[in-house]
Amino acid sequence: MSIIEVKDLDLFYGDFQALKKVNTVIEKNKVSALIGPSGCGKSTFLRTLNRMNDLIRNVKINGQVMFEGREIYDEDLDVVALRRKIGMVFQKPNPFPKSVYENVAYGPRRCGVKNKRDLDRIVEESLKEAALWEEVKDRLNKSALGLSGGQQQRLCIARALAMKPEVLLMDEPTSALDPIATNKIEDLITQLKKHYTIVIVTHSMHQAARISDYTNFFLMGELVEKDGTDKIFTNPKDQRTEDYVTGRFG
Amino acid sequence: MEQSQIKEKTIFKKDERKRNTQKIMFALFTLCMLAVIIPTILIIGFIIVKGVGTVNWSFISEMPRMGMKEGGILPAIVGTLYLVVGTILFSFPLGVGAAIYLTEYAEQGKLTRLIRIAVLNLAGVPSIVYGLFGLGLFVFFLGFGSSIIAGALTLACLILPIIITTSEEAIKSVPDGYREASLAVGASKWETILHVVLPRAMPGILTGGILGIGRAAGETAPILLTVAAFFIPRMPNSLFDQVMALPYHLYIVSTQVPGMPESIKYGTALVLLGLVGVFFLIATLIRLKFKNSTS
Ligand SMILES: Nc1ncnc2c1ncn2[C@@H]1O[C@H](COP(=O)(O)OP(=O)(O)OP(=O)(O)O)[C@@H](O)[C@H]1O
Ligand SMILES: [Mg+2]
Repeated sequence: MSIIEVKDLDLFYGDFQALKKVNTVIEKNKVSALIGPSGCGKSTFLRTLNRMNDLIRNVKINGQVMFEGREIYDEDLDVVALRRKIGMVFQKPNPFPKSVYENVAYGPRRCGVKNKRDLDRIVEESLKEAALWEEVKDRLNKSALGLSGGQQQRLCIARALAMKPEVLLMDEPTSALDPIATNKIEDLITQLKKHYTIVIVTHSMHQAARISDYTNFFLMGELVEKDGTDKIFTNPKDQRTEDYVTGRFG
Repeated sequence: MEQSQIKEKTIFKKDERKRNTQKIMFALFTLCMLAVIIPTILIIGFIIVKGVGTVNWSFISEMPRMGMKEGGILPAIVGTLYLVVGTILFSFPLGVGAAIYLTEYAEQGKLTRLIRIAVLNLAGVPSIVYGLFGLGLFVFFLGFGSSIIAGALTLACLILPIIITTSEEAIKSVPDGYREASLAVGASKWETILHVVLPRAMPGILTGGILGIGRAAGETAPILLTVAAFFIPRMPNSLFDQVMALPYHLYIVSTQVPGMPESIKYGTALVLLGLVGVFFLIATLIRLKFKNSTS
């Protein structure tokens, strides 16, 4: 079952067209990977899904992005509400310069959770879900900047999960991490897909093959091919996809 | 073998020349540093040495007597305190607000660039011109009369450019990653500014505040036209009262009253210096507190 449907999506940064007639669907409770060479528009595409591109000036978007059957570029769609349902984790771990606790409680506080008991519960649950609780439960009130890179990234995941989103967008979440921290996050993603839909940008073919169910291959702003990950890696339809996944591509 | 020896020699030669340049440059920079620091130390030291004998409890807690030649300078201290606090209250919210608007909300383009240039130029306007402006606008047009409120508003205008420019820099230096992270969990723009951007920018903003306070406390020309009284041996009752103020008092005791004892002049200067120091200290402590809580 699909949760997001993208129809004929064009995106322009000024005169430059970064996405060209992209058509795809994101399946519910699955992991969808976005792959492709640098500059092909993966991040741009990911950021159209929670309207993060709204922050950039001179961006023009045509086409449709439907989330749970609603057009997210509708005039009267509440962007804040949309972002609560579609969380995001960034390439560089970016915890706030606040305590571990306050980082996770940040989102819930903004949507009006004030009760200390509720907040405590949300923080604990989210940190457990992000497989970080055991490591930080004794330092909840210490600064998040004292955590290791991998822990910071899992904290950012916990911060996103605290909003109980439907979808989690991840833009190369492990590219700044060492192999062990990367493994932890990959395991975590496999766990999370039971309850969440995950869209992940990655430069690592191995990562895409290991953790994703579907793979979208982008090239120069075009979606060349979208299919089950097995299909893409063993028997792609398009020659360009094959060249890329087998490493024959520049 | 021979070749490598030659090589070694050239390496040593080069090294020596480099080290000499290094030494000369180091000496030059040290000289620059001394040239800046020595006058500062001399000025402060001179005032401390000459004034320290005068400044005692009665000097800072009593009214002036005998045509200001005896007694203390309490009303001038209180006047300056009122003015500085008033200046901060007016200029800080306004300046930070303007900086937030310019960096976070305004469409970046010709207009914002024009505003920035205007703000920078305002910083260079002579303070007596601010005084004249304050006299025209606050004292006469708005009818505040010569008063604390007119003086504080004038000083606030004077230091607004400093506050705006430094706040803008501080806000701009907050990494975009923080803003994105906040928006991505569904915080609104204003919540993001209030809970993420401002706390993080606060140390930088306070630096501007510190600079501004130093100026506000020390300026004579603007308050001369808008608030400062020659001699009022009592405390102000309201914001619409005139007050004495330390810089103006210093000018008076130094030039306007014949036969004024030296000690009073330097004592007043030292108290002014000390007061500015106390304000710096307070601002620095707040700054440190913010720094620690955000890193
Ligand atoms: N804010 C922007 N303004 C103008 N052009 C942009 C902007 N952001 C991205 N682009 C351009 O759009 C294209 C796609 O960028 P995008 O960041 O989506 O690529 P990507 O596939 O994520 O690359 P990478 O793998 O290096 O992260 C690039 O050519 C890039 O230069
Ligand atoms: Mg990218």
